[in-house]
Amino acid sequence: MKLSQQQNCNTRRNNSFRTTGPLDSSVDSAFKPLASFFWVVLHGLCCLISLVLGFRFSRLIFFLLFSTNTTSTTNHYTVPALLRTTSDATQTLTLQTPPVLITDTPSNRTNPATTSSRVVVGRHGILIRPWPHPNPIEVMKAHRIIERVQREQRLQYGVKNPRPLIIVTPTYIRTFQTLHLTGLMHSLMLVPYDLTWIVVEAGGTTKETAALLEKSGLRTIHIGFEERMPITWEARHRMETRMRLRALRVVREQRLDGIVMFADDGNTHSMELFDEIQSVKWIGALSVGILAHSGNSDESSSLLQKQEDEENLPLPVQGPACNSSGQLVGWHTFNSLPYVEKSATYIDDRAIVLPRKLEWAGFVLNSKLVWKDIEDKPEWVKDLDKLVADEEDLDSPLSLLEDTSVVEPLGNCGRKILLWWLRVEARADSKFPPGLVFFFSNSFSVVYILLPCYLYFFVLYILLPLSDTGYDQRYYMFFLFPWHFLVVISFYLHLMSDDLPECIHMAYS
Amino acid sequence: MKIPIWVLFNFVVITPAFVLGIGAEKLDQSQRTERISGSAGDVLEDDPVGRLKVFVYELPSKYNKKILQKDQRCLTHMFAAEIFMHRFLLSSPVRTLNPEEADWFYTPVYSTCDLTPNGLPLPFKSPRMMRSAIQLISSNWPYWNRSEGADHFFVVPHDFGACFHYQEEKAIERGILPLLQRATLVQTFGQRNHVCLKEGSITIPPYAPPQKMQAHLIPPDTPRSIFVYFRGLFYDVGNDPEGGYYARGARASVWENFKDNPLFDISTEHPTTYYEDMQRAVFCLCPLGWAPWSPRLVEGVIFGCIPVIIADDIVLPFADAIPWEEIGVFVAEKDVPNLDTILTSIPPEVILRKQRLLANPSMKQAMLFPQPAQPGDAFHQILNGLARKLPHGKGTYLKPGEKILNWTAGPVGDLKPW
Repeated sequence: MKLSQQQNCNTRRNNSFRTTGPLDSSVDSAFKPLASFFWVVLHGLCCLISLVLGFRFSRLIFFLLFSTNTTSTTNHYTVPALLRTTSDATQTLTLQTPPVLITDTPSNRTNPATTSSRVVVGRHGILIRPWPHPNPIEVMKAHRIIERVQREQRLQYGVKNPRPLIIVTPTYIRTFQTLHLTGLMHSLMLVPYDLTWIVVEAGGTTKETAALLEKSGLRTIHIGFEERMPITWEARHRMETRMRLRALRVVREQRLDGIVMFADDGNTHSMELFDEIQSVKWIGALSVGILAHSGNSDESSSLLQKQEDEENLPLPVQGPACNSSGQLVGWHTFNSLPYVEKSATYIDDRAIVLPRKLEWAGFVLNSKLVWKDIEDKPEWVKDLDKLVADEEDLDSPLSLLEDTSVVEPLGNCGRKILLWWLRVEARADSKFPPGLVFFFSNSFSVVYILLPCYLYFFVLYILLPLSDTGYDQRYYMFFLFPWHFLVVISFYLHLMSDDLPECIHMAYS
Repeated sequence: MKIPIWVLFNFVVITPAFVLGIGAEKLDQSQRTERISGSAGDVLEDDPVGRLKVFVYELPSKYNKKILQKDQRCLTHMFAAEIFMHRFLLSSPVRTLNPEEADWFYTPVYSTCDLTPNGLPLPFKSPRMMRSAIQLISSNWPYWNRSEGADHFFVVPHDFGACFHYQEEKAIERGILPLLQRATLVQTFGQRNHVCLKEGSITIPPYAPPQKMQAHLIPPDTPRSIFVYFRGLFYDVGNDPEGGYYARGARASVWENFKDNPLFDISTEHPTTYYEDMQRAVFCLCPLGWAPWSPRLVEGVIFGCIPVIIADDIVLPFADAIPWEEIGVFVAEKDVPNLDTILTSIPPEVILRKQRLLANPSMKQAMLFPQPAQPGDAFHQILNGLARKLPHGKGTYLKPGEKILNWTAGPVGDLKPW
């Protein structure tokens, strides 16, 4: 029987991936038809019983019947055939081999002691634990392990002796300020190096911005800039430059050490950027991808698409240009000619916002360049105070240098784009509140609104049914319905009233 | 000449201080990797040249070249070690053309090169081929009869080694080819207390193409974010649809217990980023399949992913030279449902140490079969293993007239000439 079984297995296996049959199966002969009939009948009976019982009955029988045949010299390592809970009893009709315990192999070995395998050949049960789902404690432990491994990787292969970063961000309060600043804040929170974030706010420091910066947990220096942000893009770019210089003045006064990076709140930064800028010596330049979008969805964009397809522009990039030996030879700047007629003038125009020729965001400086008196300051950098006093229009940090050839190209000589420039602003009359306050967060409102609600439901559903007085429809209409109405109305009034001061503030800011 | 005691004292005290000092400096440089000290000492970097001599029999090309010409796929599948070993020995400094001074004799028979259209080797003719080769060498050279093969070695990288069958029950039934009873077998299969692993065999890793793996390396500072990674079959639907037979139910158990666990990135897909994903994983599962060994071990070692070996009683490659217990994680098949508990309860220092051991370049070299051969690679480890078995014991050379092997033993089908 075993031979025929094994032959069944052989043919099954052979049919699937090996074409020639086994040569050594010459031992099997045609078994008697009576025996085969008997086995078919027995098999059918077992199948019926399995159908009724709901589990694979034949396996159990064979195990019990044939396990008594084994000799005692074998070492047992039988895995108990655990019954799988899924209902698969009805499907398979093949005879299963019981766990075959290895007997003494026909051995022409020299040593008499039978070294039979401890591990059993044959069908084993599939072990499933009672609750085969993830355990949250294990998941947390695994995450801690992963964190430790990644920290070690960073120590081994990452930047050695990382310098602290100084991030300069000009901002002002507006509808999309929270949106942009939150994105930038989360990027900075993920940076693994020491960080000082200098935020210069036009129109003076405000509580909203301060609250946002406090949530980050980073070391921030919040500076107010007295003038308000103008409404044209040209003027805004110039003002942002002056705000950045104001931040550089803070770096100079406080003698902050590290690498200065200009992160505008509309831009998107990748994490590799912060690893890359650690390699700058004095001043470095990066490639910035320009996401100049069009405000108008239908016609201007289709025109632009056609133009872009013709000129085959994948993504406009500003940054250093290198020759084949990796030296800086020039600059890629944004070609604004196709867009000049359609560019936006006012901040809330629905048109394309153009960047300057070279954005500040694509440059990183060693903070020692802006310090006042240090011994090994390079000759090619101009003094910051003199520049500000002269009131020249500095459109990029290159104006700080006498000689622009000392700029180091970063990011594989500008071939890797590590940050993207984008300016998106809302319409001037938008009333996006600076923060969403869910009214339950105010504890006062809990007492004010919820307590009457609970009282009301308590009376209606618990006290009244329990009391002996049979209340009828009129009672319900007169007393409970008005009360219900009042509660609901005051709920909505409270919601609206919470926003009322904010709305007024926004409209007149 | 009597050496004054103070000179001796200086030597004894000062020289170790020197050595320790140098050792301390080296420690700083090697914080990224750790030296691998196996049970036989630091043997991975041993040079076998000069320690042994190998004579390669010149067999007619029907045993090797013609078989390879019929099917070139034999050079890239995981059993290609036998072909590359032959090529290495032909041009190696350990080769000697004088058989009288040879310590070991090598017979180049490509027994795993008869492939199906799918690429799987058929072992049905291999016993006859091996037998015919042995008859040839015993009749043309006196060295086989001198020792009945005890100083000969053969490379048999198939599923169950010299048992020459892909099915375990059949392989156990056949046992090791009787004529190879006294020879040293260099095979990939290794399982303790198994008929097909003879004592004194050398276990080698399966062949993995070195250039292909080198081409998929990613920068080492890419953070490892996958906890456990595995790609392969859990149920061999063609041969064992219900499960329980394939991999002794261990792979099916892994699937059933962990298919919805976010830490376990396991599936049956064949992604093109398989090698890159392994480099982003902390643990790589290496469960048994139809045979306990698998190329995943080699891939895990090359890509720095800690191998989790789920195969009871397995004997891993070069087990006497590489301390696998310190490098990989061994999980018993009955403990598979608790795999997540086992892996998360390993202390982080132990995990970091294992990764440092895996980063050691000599470890990676020892698992590969590069062309041309490089120092410390798997070819040299095989020769080291052979050199460690020298000098030959007392029973190697037979007295004249003594016969041990039974040339007519084995199934009748094997005795047909090839």
